[in-house]
Amino acid sequence: MAKIKGDIVIDIEKCKGCSVCIPACPQDVIALSANVNSKGYHFAETVNDACTGCANCAIVCPDAVITVYRKKVE
Amino acid sequence: MSQITKEEIRQPENLVYKKTELLTDNPLSYCPGCGHGTAHRVVMEVIDEMGIQEQTIGIAPVGCSVLAYEFMNVDMQQAAHGRAPALATAVKRLMPEKFVFTYQGDGDLAAIGTAETIHACNRGENIVIIFINNGIYGMTGGQMAPTTLPGMKSSTSPYGRDVALMGNPLKITELIAQLPGTLYVTRQAVHTPAAVRRAKRAVRKAFENQKLNKGLSFVEIVSNCNSGWKMTPNQSNEWMVENMFPFYPLGDIKVND
Repeated sequence: MAKIKGDIVIDIEKCKGCSVCIPACPQDVIALSANVNSKGYHFAETVNDACTGCANCAIVCPDAVITVYRKKVE
Repeated sequence: MSQITKEEIRQPENLVYKKTELLTDNPLSYCPGCGHGTAHRVVMEVIDEMGIQEQTIGIAPVGCSVLAYEFMNVDMQQAAHGRAPALATAVKRLMPEKFVFTYQGDGDLAAIGTAETIHACNRGENIVIIFINNGIYGMTGGQMAPTTLPGMKSSTSPYGRDVALMGNPLKITELIAQLPGTLYVTRQAVHTPAAVRRAKRAVRKAFENQKLNKGLSFVEIVSNCNSGWKMTPNQSNEWMVENMFPFYPLGDIKVND
């Protein structure tokens, strides 16, 4: 059965750590990092590989820092 | 199933979503979690998808989004406080082939700019008005706005808005829906993925109306102001659902064809 695998790339320097993407993710892929970026924000990062590339996180991101990829795996 | 690496997924042909080119690379000046950023992106994505970047002129307001011209990669003007609909009227009448939109907050559109808003809507100018309603003056420090809810705390109503003393909130979107000049009046939000998709459809419909010279479209976007409301972004979104939406119900208010 074909399976969908997704991945997101977060521009951590522009992320303000608002965490609006976290409840938007149906797979609980995103969490705030313990580290901070150069502005001092705890940026968002992926914590597991369950991403399906649904792009919900990118659609609600106020700062448009998330790029989404999706690939069908045979 | 064979394992797939992240590098194999992150290929250009697998791209699903990326920031539109019509938003500049300048970092947004808004507070973390503010709905303004999402609203900017929704408007710019619609202009991108319609392929009208070259023909679009936006009017920035006074308020948090006063610097919208730094972020929106289209031709922009910046109006005096509240006067964006008047400026948009002039731009559209001088250049009727251009797409003209205003992007205004509630302190701009529903307070000092009430007269310009009502008259532009009543004249039925062929423009798009994007109205961000967060019920507060965000930029100046969270003072009470005309749209502040009854009982809602702000820096100038620290015990909550007392309607007997401070008057009633102004539902300007319902008000202008009464006017014969408006074609399409709707209220949307940008707090969840589904809401953002609906808001984008509404903005698209507004610009399509302008393309067909049908008349004035007015899109209100109920947004959060987590800094002004003294909440985290996610708390402010929940508060908005519980308190703002019963008073400002989402959906189309007037649809003419």
